[in-house]
Amino acid sequence: MDAAENAIANREVAGLTQREIVLKRFLHHRAAVISMVVLGFVIIGVFSGGAFSFGPIHYPGWWKYGINDTPPLTQCGNGSLGCPTMSLWPKFLGGHGITIGEHPFGQDDIGHDYFALVLRGAQRSLMVTFIIGFIAGTIGTVIGSIAGFFGGRIDNALMRFVDFLITIPSIIIGSVIGFHFGNLGALFLALYLGLFSWTGLSRLVRGEFLKLRELEFVDAARVAGASNRRIIFKHILPNAVGVIIVSITLLMSGAILLETALSYLGFGVTPPDVSLGLLISQYQDSFTTRPYLFWWPGLLIIIIALSINFIGDGLRDAFDPRQRRRISLKERRRGGSPKADA
Amino acid sequence: MSEPVLSVKNFTVEFWVDGVWYPAAIGMNFDVAAGKVTAIVGESGSGKSTTAMGLMNLLASNARMQGSVQIKGEEMVGAPTSVLRKYRGKEVAYIFQEPMTALNPVYTIGFQIVETIRTHFDLGPKEARIRAIELLGMVEIPDPEKSFEKYPHQLSGGQRQRAMIAQALACDPALLVADEPTTALDVTVQAEILDLMRGLKTRLNSAILLITHAMGVVADMADDILVMKDGRVVEAGTADAIFNHPTHPYTQELLAAVPKLGHSAKRELKFDTIVKPAPVLVLSDVTIEYPKRGRIPAFTAVKDFSLEIYPGEIVGLVGESGSGKTTVGRAAIGLLPIKSGKLSIAGRDISNATQKDLSSIRRHTGIVFQDPASSLNPRLPIGESIGEPIFLAGLAKDEKLNHMVEDLLDQVELPRSYRNRYPHELSGGQRQRVGIARALALTPDLLIADEPTSALDVSVQARFLELFQGLQEKLKFACLFISHDLAVVDILSHRVAVMQDGFLVEEGDRDSILKNPQKDYTRRLIEAVPVPNPAEQALRREVRLAKKL
Repeated sequence: MDAAENAIANREVAGLTQREIVLKRFLHHRAAVISMVVLGFVIIGVFSGGAFSFGPIHYPGWWKYGINDTPPLTQCGNGSLGCPTMSLWPKFLGGHGITIGEHPFGQDDIGHDYFALVLRGAQRSLMVTFIIGFIAGTIGTVIGSIAGFFGGRIDNALMRFVDFLITIPSIIIGSVIGFHFGNLGALFLALYLGLFSWTGLSRLVRGEFLKLRELEFVDAARVAGASNRRIIFKHILPNAVGVIIVSITLLMSGAILLETALSYLGFGVTPPDVSLGLLISQYQDSFTTRPYLFWWPGLLIIIIALSINFIGDGLRDAFDPRQRRRISLKERRRGGSPKADA
Repeated sequence: MSEPVLSVKNFTVEFWVDGVWYPAAIGMNFDVAAGKVTAIVGESGSGKSTTAMGLMNLLASNARMQGSVQIKGEEMVGAPTSVLRKYRGKEVAYIFQEPMTALNPVYTIGFQIVETIRTHFDLGPKEARIRAIELLGMVEIPDPEKSFEKYPHQLSGGQRQRAMIAQALACDPALLVADEPTTALDVTVQAEILDLMRGLKTRLNSAILLITHAMGVVADMADDILVMKDGRVVEAGTADAIFNHPTHPYTQELLAAVPKLGHSAKRELKFDTIVKPAPVLVLSDVTIEYPKRGRIPAFTAVKDFSLEIYPGEIVGLVGESGSGKTTVGRAAIGLLPIKSGKLSIAGRDISNATQKDLSSIRRHTGIVFQDPASSLNPRLPIGESIGEPIFLAGLAKDEKLNHMVEDLLDQVELPRSYRNRYPHELSGGQRQRVGIARALALTPDLLIADEPTSALDVSVQARFLELFQGLQEKLKFACLFISHDLAVVDILSHRVAVMQDGFLVEEGDRDSILKNPQKDYTRRLIEAVPVPNPAEQALRREVRLAKKL
C-alpha cells in the first residue's frame, strides 16, 4: 500500500526540487500566506512611518510627529481631550468620513501623538523579536547539532546544562536582566533574552540530528571520506532545516510576548524609549476612560504574534511531507477523470 | 457450488491527488470461495494492497471506491461505517506485513485479542480470556497462558506474526486478508507461518486473500492467482495454469525474473595456481561488540569470524536476521570498530585504525546500502551524491567531475540528465543504481553490498543483478555480497559463507554449500526457501514436514 501511495505522491512532486515543493506547499496554506502579507505590511509601515536611528544614520519617517513632540491637545466633539481623530465611518452613513485626521490614534496626557508612540513601540518589539530569533536560533542550532551529532559525553554535558537553564523560568531571567541592565536599552535586552531562550530549539535540533545521523546516507558520506564538519553542514543540517525554521518562527512569536510581558512588568524597555508592552502597562488604568490607549498597542501585538504563528504553522506543513491536503466535500463530489500522465 | 465468500465486481479505487482522481485499481473482478486461497501478485505500485484495503474501506480519506464488493452477499461499497465496522474483524480479518507496528506496543497481546473478541461477541472477560488462550494455542505460540501476558516487544518476529494471526482469527472470519504476511520474516520462520496458515485454512474453512510479491509464497499457498500490473488484472487463473502455462507476456516476464535456487550457471574464478593473489579483505578471528550503553550491557554481535576475499571474487554472506551479517559488512569497511582479531583491507591493517588511518582505505572501498530510500541525501541532486567520493578524494573538480559523474551514470545505465534530479524523483531500482554508481566512483578494490536487492521488486531485482554482474566482470572488484535471499546469492557469488548468531557456520564454494551443505543450519535454510513451482513446492513441503516429525 505504501508503495502504491508513494507512486501517486511521486506524481505530485515530479520534476520539482525540494525547495520548489516546500514553496508550493507553503503557498497552499492560505492563513500563512495572508499572515505573510499582513506581517510584511506591518513591518514596512512601522519602519517607514516612525523615525529610527541605526548607528550614524537617522531616518526621520513619514509621520509628522516624533515620540518627543508634544503638540497641543486637540479637543474632541464630546469635550474630552486627545481622543483619536481617525474615522472609518463614511459621511453618508452619518459618520465623519474616512479620514485619519491630526492624531489618528489620539494623544496621551501631555499631548504626545499616540500613533508615533505605537510606531516606535512596534519597531522596538519587532527588533527585539528578530534579534531573539536570530541569537536563540543560532545558539540552539549549534548546541543541538553538536549534542546530537557527537552524542555520548558531550551530549550528556550539554543537555544537562540545557535542563538547568530550562528549570529557570525565562520571565524571571528577563526580570533580573531587565532590573540590572534595563537602562541599557532594547538592544541589550534582546541580546540577553536571546542568550537564554534557545533551550527548546536545541532539544528539537538534537532529536533531529539523532534521527538523521543513523540514516544510511550519512554512512555513505563517511565511507566517501567526508569529515564530521562536512557531514554536519552538508548532509545533516539541510535535512533538519525544516524543524529549525519552524521552531525559530514559533520561538519568535513567543519572544514578542516575552518582551511585552517584561515591559509590562517594568523590566523590559524603559522610558523614555517605548515598546508595545510598556504602552499597555502605562495606560492600563485608562482602559475604561480612554480605551484607545490600550487597544492600539494590544491589537498590534496580537497581529504580529498571530501572523508569525501562522507563518510557522504554514512552514511546518510545508516541510513535513506527511502533511497532505485534505479534500473538501465539494472537490470530492466534483471528481473529474484523471488527466493523462504527462 | 456454494456462494463465494467474497465477490468483487468492477471494483475501482481512485486517489485524489492535486485536483484529479488517479486510479490505483481498475475494474477488478474476482471471487474467493470458502476454504480457498486466492493470491494477488504484482510489483509494488500495482494496486494489490490498495485493492485489499479498499474492500473494507480502510484507505486514506483521499481515496474513493466504485463498483461492488460483496461479503456473503452483503454490499460493502458505499455501506455506512456502522455496517462496515460490524464486518471488519468479524467477517473480514486482516494480517499485515509488519507485526511490530500492527500490534499496539503498550498492550499485551492477550489484551489485544480479547479486545477483538469482546467487540464482536457478548462475552465476559473470563470467557474471552479462555478463548484468547485457545487461539494462541491454535497458532502454536509456546506456552499460551504465559504468552497471553506478554507485550509485543517480548516476542520474536515470528511469534508476533502468530499473535496477529490469532487476533485475526478471533471471530472465525469468513475471509482472511493477508497483506504480505511473511515479507518481514526470515525464510525458516516464513515456512512455519505458511504451514500454520495452510493448516488453519483447512481447519476453519475460511477464504484467504493473499497479497504478496513473492512467487515462492504464492506457489506454496494459492489455489487461484490474479496477476496485477498498473492497477489492472492482466491474467487470472488457477495456480497450475499461471505457473505452468502463463499466457500474458507480463506474467511470463515476472516468472522469468524470479531467481531460482540451484538453476544458475556455474561460476568459477580461475586463479593462477602458482601465485595466488593476495586477498583484498582479510578477517581473522574478528570479534565485534556493541559497547555497553548505560544499563544495556555490551552485546557481542560477531564472534571469532574469519573470512578472506580475493580480487575479483564475490563472496555471498547469508544468514537469518540478527545473525550479524550486516555487522560484518560494516566492520569490513571501517564503519564499526572491531574488538579483537585482525582486519585488513587491500593489505592495510585497520584493526586498530583511527579515523585518520581510515581515510586511506576509503579510496579502496565502496558500499551499497540496503534501503534505497535512505541511502541518498534527499537534499542533494544525485550527481552530487555520486561525485562526492571523487570530490573528497581530491581527484577531480567542476567540469572534470561532471564528466566522471556522467560516465558513472552511463555505466549503471541511467540517463545523463538524471545528474540534476533529486532522489525522490527516482524509483527504488534507479536509486539503487545511483547507490552502485557512488560506490564505484573511486573504482574500489572491495565493494560491500548490504542486501542491495531486498527492497526491490523481482523484475527490478533481475535487471539490477544483471547490471551488477556485468559491472563486476568488467571492473573485477572483490565483493562481499550480504543477503538473506539464497537464490540471489546463488546467481552472483563464487563462494558462500553462512552465519548464525554471530558465528560462521560454514564457508566454501557456492555449489558445495548450496547443493551439498554439511551443517544442519544451512540445510534448514535451503529447505525453507519456497520454490516458484506449485508441484515442486508441494513435494518439498512434504519432505520438510516429514523430517520435522
